[in-house]
Amino acid sequence: MTSGLWELVLKGIWVTIQLLVCSTLLAAAVSFVVGVARTHRLWIVRFLAGFYTEVFRGTSALVMIFWVFFVLPPAFGWQLVPLWAGTLALGLTYGAYGSEIVRGALSAVDPAQKEGGIALSFTPWQRMRLILLPQAVPEMIPPFSNLLIELLKGTALVSIMGMGDLAFSGNLVRLALQESAEIYTYILLIYFVIAFLLTRVMRGLEKKLKAGTGKPVGSTADQELSRPETTGVGGGAVA
Amino acid sequence: MNWDWSAVSDFMPDFWEGLLVTLQILLFGSLISFALGLVWALLMRVPSRWVTWPVGAVTEFVRNTPLLVQLFFLFYVLPEWGLTFSALTTGVVAIGLHYSTYTMQVYRAGIEAVPVGQWEAATALNLPLRKTWTAVILPQAVRRVVPALGNYVIAMLKDTPMLMAITVLEMLGHARLFSQEHFQFTEPLTVIGVAFIVISYLASLALRALERRLAH
Repeated sequence: MTSGLWELVLKGIWVTIQLLVCSTLLAAAVSFVVGVARTHRLWIVRFLAGFYTEVFRGTSALVMIFWVFFVLPPAFGWQLVPLWAGTLALGLTYGAYGSEIVRGALSAVDPAQKEGGIALSFTPWQRMRLILLPQAVPEMIPPFSNLLIELLKGTALVSIMGMGDLAFSGNLVRLALQESAEIYTYILLIYFVIAFLLTRVMRGLEKKLKAGTGKPVGSTADQELSRPETTGVGGGAVA
Repeated sequence: MNWDWSAVSDFMPDFWEGLLVTLQILLFGSLISFALGLVWALLMRVPSRWVTWPVGAVTEFVRNTPLLVQLFFLFYVLPEWGLTFSALTTGVVAIGLHYSTYTMQVYRAGIEAVPVGQWEAATALNLPLRKTWTAVILPQAVRRVVPALGNYVIAMLKDTPMLMAITVLEMLGHARLFSQEHFQFTEPLTVIGVAFIVISYLASLALRALERRLAH
């Protein structure tokens, strides 16, 4: 491989990372908003949030990407920059999976904690912010870590739409060299390294957040078997 | 937004063809992932680092890298090595292999969830190793893992459109072809999007019913 081709791969890594960061931010925002909305006291809010989750979790991320690229522009007159279109499709899809994690962790907090908040006449917002979230967020980190890896793998899908991410640069190099084993091995290794680094970061974050809660770090085997919801994306305990 | 019902009805024959291919991929991909996942899980229990370390490393690698790139790898590299398969076969093998690294963890959890007394009883009865696995451990483990395996079948369903990238004409492949021929993108893409939602919702309902039945 020549240095020019490596430059192409580096550009691909940069696009993948940009897309990963943007869609992670959107997905995190969606997860918390929709996940908290699913515990709302008004049934209509719960219903709408549940409907959103079922629709976006039910469809395939790639179909969603096609939809954002091809159907949104003529239907609503929005022509998004590829990076934003990819961010929108991935963030909304993976946000729906994330909302399930948020909801699960919130409902796993001991009900006595919530009742204690009511007894102390906290407002719903104070209860959420001061009692529920500080206990629920550390529990969310292991499944979120798995989801983050799924999202990283999902970013490769935008290469089908011709966006110059890491997978796309792999295809370009294959065309240039007429040889595929080497370049695809490198591309897979690069993805693996990124995934490995993300897992490390998330594990550190989990340790830090759990420091004050007195709960063990690391997920157990039962989490793999006890999934409350059944349309989960691959990769991990949604306990 | 203009919605053209005639485009929908024009697309329907292609849609059914694509659905059939999608379901085929799902069926064979699931079978491969169930079988191979069990093999990985059993290999991980071999009491030798020379077996568990490579198996663990390979499956970890496959699980943490994009299926799409794995598809490209198998589709373009295998012919270079003199192995030529149809795109559909390559895709089914890739998706089965990818998901076997997930089902492996499910089996592992299921095996670990069998109470240790069952192992001790098998030892006390002097059952040979093979009998211990086939008659005592696996029947109890498999019962526990069915719901979690079903989850991965549904997740796999949503990854089948990726096979379009290696020229397999499944639902999304047909939708794209139809869109390019007729220059109507909205209708076919929406139809298959709804189809995915409906299929995965029905499958999750069926799975919940199965789970309830297995719980008794």
